[in-house]
Amino acid sequence: MSSPYRSWGRYPDHPPAQVVVLRDRPVELPSAPAPMLAYGLGRSYGDSCQNGGGTLLVTRGLDRFIAFDPERGVLRCESGVSLDAILQLAVPQGWFLPVVPGTRFVTVGGAIANDVHGKNHHRAGSFSRHVLAFELLRSDGRLQCSRTENAALFAATIGGLGLTGLITRVDLQLERVPGPWMQVETLRFAGLEEFFALSAASARSHAYSVAWIDCLARDRAFGRGLFTRADFIATDRPSPRMRGPALPVPFTPPLPLVGGPGTRWFNRAWYYWPRRQIDVQPYARFLFPLDGLSHWNRLYGPRGFLQHQCVLPPECDREALSEILSAIVHAGTGSFLAVLKRFGDFTSEGLLGFPRPGTTLALDFPNRGAGTLDLLARLDDIVAAAGGAVYPAKDARMSSTHFRRFFPRWREFSQHIDPAFSSSFWRRVTAGDGEAD
Amino acid sequence: MRRILIIGATSAIAEACSRLWAERGDRLFLAGRNEARLTAIADDLRVRGAAGVDTATVNVDDIDMHAAVIAAAHDMMGGLDIALIAHGVLPDQERCNQDTGLTLRAFHTNATATIALMHRLALRFEAQGAGVLAVISSIAGDRGRAMNTVYGAAKSAITTYASALRQRLWRCGVHVLTIKPGFVDTPMTAGMRRNALFSTPHTVAWGIVRAIDRRRNVVYLPWFWRPVMAVIRLIPEVLFRRMRF
Repeated sequence: MSSPYRSWGRYPDHPPAQVVVLRDRPVELPSAPAPMLAYGLGRSYGDSCQNGGGTLLVTRGLDRFIAFDPERGVLRCESGVSLDAILQLAVPQGWFLPVVPGTRFVTVGGAIANDVHGKNHHRAGSFSRHVLAFELLRSDGRLQCSRTENAALFAATIGGLGLTGLITRVDLQLERVPGPWMQVETLRFAGLEEFFALSAASARSHAYSVAWIDCLARDRAFGRGLFTRADFIATDRPSPRMRGPALPVPFTPPLPLVGGPGTRWFNRAWYYWPRRQIDVQPYARFLFPLDGLSHWNRLYGPRGFLQHQCVLPPECDREALSEILSAIVHAGTGSFLAVLKRFGDFTSEGLLGFPRPGTTLALDFPNRGAGTLDLLARLDDIVAAAGGAVYPAKDARMSSTHFRRFFPRWREFSQHIDPAFSSSFWRRVTAGDGEAD
Repeated sequence: MRRILIIGATSAIAEACSRLWAERGDRLFLAGRNEARLTAIADDLRVRGAAGVDTATVNVDDIDMHAAVIAAAHDMMGGLDIALIAHGVLPDQERCNQDTGLTLRAFHTNATATIALMHRLALRFEAQGAGVLAVISSIAGDRGRAMNTVYGAAKSAITTYASALRQRLWRCGVHVLTIKPGFVDTPMTAGMRRNALFSTPHTVAWGIVRAIDRRRNVVYLPWFWRPVMAVIRLIPEVLFRRMRF
């Protein structure tokens, strides 16, 4: 049986030499000779949550609330608390997380370490904008970090991939919502121009928006997709029952069940499937559609899958986006999961933060070996030429040359790394001199 | 609102139970060995909605302290409706096989101290003519195995003692619940390889809370351990002694 501490994409696999399960906030860091890395719920796709040959500090036992002020909506909790647990606590009291990613099964610490974003980035920015402070346990001591105290370390830790130390405690500002229901509007768009027009219009009218794009549609259908936008609404409906995932994928099938040759037809059916244009839904269905199917990553089979998520700067996002889509159509190896979103004018505060103004595209690819890796490297070239960036939380293979171009402040960041911490991702992207181009 | 005493409150299963009770607005008294963790758990339970949380640091091995802890819980909460005994240690069997003292110490924690607590709680519940005494035993107590000799023997003692208490206390309205979890993914089992038979502390806790609500007598958690253990108990000793599981 493989290590239970793998990444979500299940590729690559760098097993740790040692696993330390943390249960108490006041603990000291283990004095391990090998480098350490925090591991939460394992939802990073590639190797940024892996530490091959090193020590994993498993934080899911640091899952206690510390204090909640229901008047001001300020929550203090341990870093291993999941966003799911926070929503279960806060929503009945009229509060919501200001930013949630596409799954609620991530820890608060992971949400900061990747400075995650959501479908309301154009209104709310990324997760860390709503983080008031946190405690960082480093090999040389325990530090309180905020925008006024240890501010440089605060900025480095945001999107810092867990390399600046172990986040133990977090103070979060929540946001008022009228209730657990959202009004969701779904619109078809026939091409990329329509997508950009809908995005611009919806940025003013709706708090949440996201698009699914049929990344295998070619010729006249090129760039078609479904645009969804939503807002929380006040309604008399009773609260929906929040349960765990309804359906599990119980085992890993020997071959990928998604992303195969039938995908083109599946995508086509999904695009034309008749659906209600305006619908009232529980927030989880709109915000976390895949959480209903636990372990959905197993559908990609034993070799796992790779995700490519990039952001393209607003000056040239239209051209670069159609170049990327053309490359995928040409390769003919896309999958159903393709998400497009226009970010707002917020740049992540983090030195390595990913969210920035522009358009982001996320694509899943079943791992078919060298062919898949070649295609993703080509996509990296397009992103680099456009001046964009690839999201480290989703990455398992970008070159160190590309990494340094995508995140030019990496050298400044590396001064804040705790010398006792490292990850497989970091060793990979800083290997070699990387200055070749 | 019910008033609940949890002994061994810092164990993963006990913490998961106390969260479920806190979300219902129950009143909790937590006794455990690790003071810092007790404080952290108490803060967490207050945020989750507990009507009140008090803590006491206690080493259950010290049997003389038991009466004071039970009295403190009773006084702080103004009564006692439910007591959950959840402490336990899983000693390294290889070392126990070589060390009589270690074996007896593990037996003391898992069995003698537990029986002492059950005895005192039984007296209190008997006097008030109501209450629920829930104790975490284990499927390991259903049949002795070389892999966990002393742990299994201690759990077997608890199971038998609980069964006897149930018969005695049933007449005066006191309910005794024997909880037999299978393999649970907790720090206690950190040295074991995880497989499909493992369940989460949350699943087990949910089963415990429900069994107390429904006044069940003996629960296997998850349920499938009941038929599995029934079969294992039927294996003739002649065969069983050759088996390695």
